[in-house]
Amino acid sequence: MDKSDEGYGEWEELVAAALLGTERRRGGGPAGSPEALLDAAAVHAVRRRAGLRPAEAGPRPEPAPRDPRPAPPEAAGHRLAQLLAGRSGPVNGGGRRGTAPDLTELLPQWLAAAARHGYRSPAALVPALLDAARARTDLRPQALALAGTRGLWLARMNPDWRFALRGGSGGTGELPEVTDRAAVERLWQEGLFAERVALLGAVRAHEAAAAPRLLMTTWATERAEDRLMFLDSLRVGLSAGDEPFLEAALGDRSRNVRATAAELLSALPDSALAGRMAERALACVGPEGVTPPAECDAGMLRDGVVKRPPAGRGERAWWLGQLVEAAPLSCWRERFGGLGPAEIVALPVAAGDGWTEELHAAWCRAAVRQRDAPWSRALLGPASAPPAAGPGTASLAERAKLLETLPHAERAEWVAEFIRAHGLSEAFQLLGVCVVPWAGALGQAVVDALDTARDAGSYPWSFSGVMGLAERCLDPAEAGRLEALTTAVEDLPDAAPGAAAYWAEAFQRLVSTLRLRAAMLAELAPA
Amino acid sequence: MTDQGDRWTAEQVLDLAPDDASRKAGGRLGGAGPWSQIGGSASGSVWGLCKGSGSKPYRTVVDLTGPAYKCSCPSRKFPCKHALGLLLLWSAEGVGEPGEAPEWAAQWLADRAAKAARPLGGRAAPVDEEGARKRAERRAARVGAGVAELEQRLADLLRGGLAGQEQVGYAGWEETAARMVDAQAPGLASRVRELGTIPSCGPGWPARMLEEAALLHLLDRAWLGLAGLPEELAATVRSRVGLPASGEGEAVRDRWLVLAQYDTVSPDGRLTTRRIWLHGLAGGRPALVLDFGPPGRPPGLALPVGRVLEAEVHFRPGSAGLRADLGERFAAAAPCAGVPAGVSTGAALEAYGEALRQDPWLESWPVVLGPVVPIPGELGWQLADAEGTSALPVPLTGGGRSRGGLWQLAALSGGGPVTVFGECGHRGFTPLTAWQPGSTEPVALS
Repeated sequence: MDKSDEGYGEWEELVAAALLGTERRRGGGPAGSPEALLDAAAVHAVRRRAGLRPAEAGPRPEPAPRDPRPAPPEAAGHRLAQLLAGRSGPVNGGGRRGTAPDLTELLPQWLAAAARHGYRSPAALVPALLDAARARTDLRPQALALAGTRGLWLARMNPDWRFALRGGSGGTGELPEVTDRAAVERLWQEGLFAERVALLGAVRAHEAAAAPRLLMTTWATERAEDRLMFLDSLRVGLSAGDEPFLEAALGDRSRNVRATAAELLSALPDSALAGRMAERALACVGPEGVTPPAECDAGMLRDGVVKRPPAGRGERAWWLGQLVEAAPLSCWRERFGGLGPAEIVALPVAAGDGWTEELHAAWCRAAVRQRDAPWSRALLGPASAPPAAGPGTASLAERAKLLETLPHAERAEWVAEFIRAHGLSEAFQLLGVCVVPWAGALGQAVVDALDTARDAGSYPWSFSGVMGLAERCLDPAEAGRLEALTTAVEDLPDAAPGAAAYWAEAFQRLVSTLRLRAAMLAELAPA
Repeated sequence: MTDQGDRWTAEQVLDLAPDDASRKAGGRLGGAGPWSQIGGSASGSVWGLCKGSGSKPYRTVVDLTGPAYKCSCPSRKFPCKHALGLLLLWSAEGVGEPGEAPEWAAQWLADRAAKAARPLGGRAAPVDEEGARKRAERRAARVGAGVAELEQRLADLLRGGLAGQEQVGYAGWEETAARMVDAQAPGLASRVRELGTIPSCGPGWPARMLEEAALLHLLDRAWLGLAGLPEELAATVRSRVGLPASGEGEAVRDRWLVLAQYDTVSPDGRLTTRRIWLHGLAGGRPALVLDFGPPGRPPGLALPVGRVLEAEVHFRPGSAGLRADLGERFAAAAPCAGVPAGVSTGAALEAYGEALRQDPWLESWPVVLGPVVPIPGELGWQLADAEGTSALPVPLTGGGRSRGGLWQLAALSGGGPVTVFGECGHRGFTPLTAWQPGSTEPVALS
């Protein structure tokens, strides 16, 4: 390895002679015959190898910042290694999966539970975590949080993991004390994007008004996509203190930034923008009927209203929808003579002109944006009613969003009732917004519905989506009760051939996954 | 045996699978669902009943010290999916307190114990010394003819010059390698094949080709002068040429720490070679145990990294005293309580140089290095002494390792010093196993 080795020049001569061939090098050089050349080269080769000396060390990497969090218990660490290795799991081919639990789906739960315990990743698993985070964006925030400072340290050295430095997951670097103004200033100027987002969060948590001040110092020089991400990070814990900053952002160069600022302002019911939108919306909608706006003026444009409707939608209905969506829901009570949300929704407002659907859809979006539970409840209607007959919207995706504004227990109860009334085929999206593990009544409704589906004689893979969810979300305590369903029975006379055995297998898998989840969570408990 | 710290990892279990299908099938059986009556003994065995499609469950039992397997299923795969599933379940959840084996498992385990207790020798057939001598002479003559032909080929190469080799291609060397196989010199054959690949290896190939050709020539010369060599060196030459080891090697009983285990697959994909590095805790001697798997199957021997097994190891003559075979084992493998002491980069190279005196064809020498700091670099990695300015380069490929293992090593170190076991040779240091600061649990770099 050390090229100044004694005799190196002679070795060069030997290589030159070998390249040219001894035939063409007669009468000179270190070696006459091929054999003599090989003899000399052999002596050199062994001497060089035996006399090797270390090389000069290159610049060493900066040591990784210390991660004060504890490592998980040993068994839990082994489990994580297993889950990460099974990431591209072999069991996921085709419709039939046998009885083995799907490890891929347990990984997010492991990560979430580890985060609750405040663990860091075992160092040896950090590269596998980064690889997993790279392959699955849904895992990214939790995987990066677990990988922590060691993950960011590694990501700086490997281009494959660059995504981690722009992840915006926050909380992973070592942040300065938010009261140390010079340090905050320095990190804000020089930090990686993820560190800056985390810093912004920390500063906001300490003093809400300080965050917009910090943003203002560099706002003009940030890239449009970064401005958008910073704005987006204000969504959590949005308060009236953010209004002046957002109001200024309504004049931003980037249309996406302007639209996001308007959206955030409309979620602040007391903001000036919400007031302006209320004024416009109230002018259009009242007990006497609906009169959509005749034009989209400059003021509406500045407040984030998009002028051109998507293909197939009328201009005026498009503008109306945007105004109502951005107006605070509280403004309607007075407009409709003191009625509550449910009564307002039930009114046949402008039914004749066909604006009702437009209006209800806009109220749904407003209820979601303003996280307004009473309005969501009114728009959802009773869970047992057929979806098409519901007051707000028949779209399951929109209903799922409405559900998210309700308290956890009420959400689970509503979905349980929905399943009891309509079965499982439509319930998938609604189940997705319920809190894990599922509440007792909800779990019971799902298991009963699966049992009913089995009795109806169809194959279990028609319900593979719900089955998969159940594996992830059912309370492990249910495993005992499910055991009764795992025994294979004879096929019912009018059932699809072999269905009973497949159902037994599917329930077996459900039980073994629940058991595995229980074991996994127990391992994570601190010793 | 059922102790938490003593279980294998899922990867160690899955490494035993004979093929991909078994790996998948075993994975499906690795949950509690189909199993009943599972248990394990203190002496290192696990058993259980696995519900299959029939009415009677399969009886599966694994002797972990082998490992060896028995299952009542009709599968001809070995180990079968039930054995793999049982081991996976054990690796994930354990099997509770050690207990008595049920009768169906106990009988087989007892038979195995009895067989293991029989001494190694004593079953060899009477030796036909005269016949053996004649066979050895005939083989020596064939190898000699091969060596002479190879010398001719090397002389031609140097006479004409290496310059044209990039254009000549590989076919000529493949043909020469085939002649060496015919001459019953497989060691020469694989070196010839290696030589043929060098011209396509990128910059600096002429120097590397001259070096390899010269070492091959040295081996030829050594064979021709075999009678005049000291016995130890002669044994090395014989084994490098590819002759089977003659005579019993030295038996050494020690507590052997498993430092590394990894597989390489031959270029044609037909043969898997498993290398297991052992380190004698009392005697300090290194040992390399090789095992081979036929096409599509992993080798049968599997020793979990970090375990210590009390056993007799038989060293083969020659080859710097590294090659060894595992003999009688006296206890089930147990976890190791400490971290082996590491040496500096300079001492590592000295150890390699010293070993070359006994075997000039030696590619590398097993070394525990530390404390060292891994230095990632776009052009190449290094392992640097924690103090001072010396470092060893890390070859980009070699030892069947991917770069994933290097990142694992970097993650373990976090820029700080670590202890690393690996192979130190003329290309640099290939890390295989590392210990993170403050832990005695070794991490096998994958």
